[in-house]
Order: sequence, then structure tokens, then C-alpha cells
Amino acid sequence: MKLLWLSALTCHGNVHSFFNYPQIEKFLDDFSFIYHPSLQTPYTLEDIFTHDIACDILLIDGTLEDGLEKFGVEINHVIERYAKKVKKIITVGTCASFGGIFLADNRYGFLYHQEQPHHRFDSFREKTITLSGCPIQPQTLVHTLYAIKKEYKISLDNLLRPQEYYGYTVHNGCLRNEYFEYKIDAYHYGELEGCIFYDHGCQAPYTHGSCNRILWNESSSKTRSGSPCFGCTQPSFPKTRLFFTKKNMGIPQYLPTGIPKRAYLSLAGVAKAFKIERFSQKIVED
Amino acid sequence: MEWTLSKKEQKKELIMQTALQLFAKNGFYSTTIPDIAKSLKMSVGNMYNYFKSKDLLAKEIIKYISHYLGVKLQKINESDLPTRDKITQIVTVYFETAQLKPEMIDYFLRVFLSNREVFKEGCEGMICVNDFITEIMIFFEEGVQCGELRDQEFFSAFGLFMGYLGGMVFLKGEAILPKELDSYVEDISENIYRALRV
Repeated sequence: MKLLWLSALTCHGNVHSFFNYPQIEKFLDDFSFIYHPSLQTPYTLEDIFTHDIACDILLIDGTLEDGLEKFGVEINHVIERYAKKVKKIITVGTCASFGGIFLADNRYGFLYHQEQPHHRFDSFREKTITLSGCPIQPQTLVHTLYAIKKEYKISLDNLLRPQEYYGYTVHNGCLRNEYFEYKIDAYHYGELEGCIFYDHGCQAPYTHGSCNRILWNESSSKTRSGSPCFGCTQPSFPKTRLFFTKKNMGIPQYLPTGIPKRAYLSLAGVAKAFKIERFSQKIVED
Repeated sequence: MEWTLSKKEQKKELIMQTALQLFAKNGFYSTTIPDIAKSLKMSVGNMYNYFKSKDLLAKEIIKYISHYLGVKLQKINESDLPTRDKITQIVTVYFETAQLKPEMIDYFLRVFLSNREVFKEGCEGMICVNDFITEIMIFFEEGVQCGELRDQEFFSAFGLFMGYLGGMVFLKGEAILPKELDSYVEDISENIYRALRV
């Protein structure tokens, strides 16, 4: 199966992340890139720009902008040309999906400006899969490509993200869940015990992604290593003050997805009422 | 079966209301389960079918009061009123309850807050007043979110609001206030709003 990786406005974080796929050699045996910005490929970018090279899947990386040129060629025109020919289009990372870090009034993701549909490439909606993340989680990208190759049915959410990877929240699989349940905070940044939702800005309970189900580098995640989830798969990424929980009179402004405020506060009130001896001091010192 | 359950719930409510009146009249510790049974013309044995002990009855009563006020506050929270008007509504509900059902507020202030040993197991923290506290939290949170109230720690705002209302009801109960509670609603609401607004 032939792939084309086209980059718009990007930091190339998705390229680096992709290379961390544990079985990258096997993947490169099963797929071939007609062009990739960091791999040796049979065609140059100039070839891609000037000819119509046959390929099956278009991978778009980076934020898009009307009139954005690379080597004198408007990148949107190239994307449009190949988008018409391929069987599937994948937006790789949050910039290509929703605008991400480089979002501006005149910049957008392939089909969305944050979560609002964007008209520029709307005619390709039917064949597009959104794989958000800053950067993309390599397994999510590679496994989706294999699913396409094997013609598996891929269920998508309302932002065209595969349910298998984005149906759950990052909270799912977090090792701090027990502390979340009983409302026990981590008091200092980087502590490995305690919940970081209440004070340290963790967005995992309302962020859709698989970071705690498919571990990064097969070993860890932000919350496991002491950092809050930044919500990097969400259309609203990046928010500001990422290490700080926005609260109104002590109540988090953003609550776990789908939980009514009244229900959350009732449960939290009950959970907070109990002093649980087991959690009264650290189990293992950092 | 449903009918039986409903009847039992109704009876429980009647017992709680009677107990509240006796607690207010004779004091919490001086009122016994036989006193409550006698007032209801029930046998003491039958009373225990509803509440296994006076401590359990005490805890159920505080939940009952919290729920009673919580339902009223939920209606205010769900209304489209601006925050200033919601404050007036909350003060009105609190004072109306103090006037129409003085035994409820009396129980909250004189029994629940003053006899914590009775409530230490089963009513930890604010569990038994959760319905009421949750609505106050929602009121504050939404007031800040819509830009009308100043962001601060929950308890600094809660203490100002509820401490003020509790203090006024206490003064009324001590026959110190020269006027009825409802005549203070507007001034108190304005004071609370000015203290909490942005």
C-alpha cells in the first residue's frame, strides 16, 4: 500500500513520533512511502508537486493556510490534487486535524477550525479519518493504517476519530484513578501519588485519547510520569495555563465528560467527607 | 408493594416532623423515642420499625432538611434569574423556612452544628447536608462563571452567605430582632451581593 506524507505548517513532531513505532521496520516492509519528509523515498517533493504519482493514502501533517507555499507551490493545491485520487486521507496530529498550535483566523485543520467544520476541503469528508494528538501516538497511526489495509470497519466519532482510540478518555487507565475517586490531591507538581485533576490542570477526564491504554514508548504516559494531561487530542488544544486547574469558587470549571455538574458535586462531596487512613500519607516517597 | 413503600415513607416523614417539633420544644437530649412515639400515638416497638435508634433518626432528619432546602435551591439555580435576584430568592427561601418551619432551621443550628458527636459516624463531613451544599456550590460556581461573582475559595463565600443567614435566624430565635425576618431580605441580599460580586 502506497502512502504520501505531506507537511504544511508543522514542527515535525508527528514525524518523530511516528519513528518511535516499535516495529517500524516491519511497518516499512508492509507499506511504502512515495514521499516522506524524513525518509528516503522514490520520489522527491518536486516530483510530487509536478507529477501525479499513484498512491493509496494521503497523510496530512501540520496546520493549513490559504496561500501557504513550499518551494513556490501552494501546498493546499497539492493536497487537493492528491486528495481527489487517494482512497483514504488521514490527518496526522492535532494541527492537521483541528488547527492546533499554529491555529489562527486564516489557518485551520483539514476539515475543522477547532471543532467547527471548515469548508475548504469539506468535499473529502467521506474518506477522511482524523487522528489528533500533539504529537500523534505512533500506534494509533500505524494500527489505523493496517486497519485500512486489511479493510476492517473503523467506527468513527463525530470528529471522524476512530472510536477504538478516541472513544475513551485519557483518564481511562490512569494509575491515579483511585486518588480521583476519593478526591485526594497531589500537592506538589510531579508527585506520583495523588490526583492532578483538582489543582494541576490535568485534562484527562475530558480528553479523548488512549495515552493510558497504549503507553508512549511502551512504558509511560504524562500522568504516569507526574505531568498533567494537556488535552492535546482535543479540538480546543492548546488551552492556556496547562499546569493550572481553572476553578470557580473551588469547583473545577471543566468536569469529566458526560457527568452532570450536580451529580459530580454530590459524589465529590461524599467522597471528600471521608478521611481514608491508607491515603493519609504517601505509600512510597518520591 | 409500591403503595406499601410510599405509606412507609409518609409515616417516616411524619415521625421526623414530630421529632423536630419535640426537639425544638424540649431539646434534643431531653426528647426520647418513647416521647416521640407517644406524641404520635404509636407503640415504641412500632417506632423502631421506622428508626432503629434516636441517633439514626437524628441523621435522617438532617438529610430530610437538607433535601427540603436543596430542592428549593435547585429550582432557583435552574431559573434564568441574574445572580443578584438568585441571592434574594435564596435568602427568601431560607427565611421563609425559618418562619414556617422554625424547627428545621433550629435543628440545623442547634442540633446538627452543636452536637457533632451524634453525627460523626454516617454524617462525616457534609454528607448529610450534601443536597443543600451541592446547590450552594452550583450557585457560586455559576455566579463566577457568568462573571458576576468574584472567584475565591468556596468556604470563604459559603461562610459569609450562610453564616450571615444563620446569625439572623439565631437572633430572631433569641427574640432580639425588632422586625420579622422577611423585612430584612432586601438589605441582606444587597449586602451579600456587594460582598461577593466582582
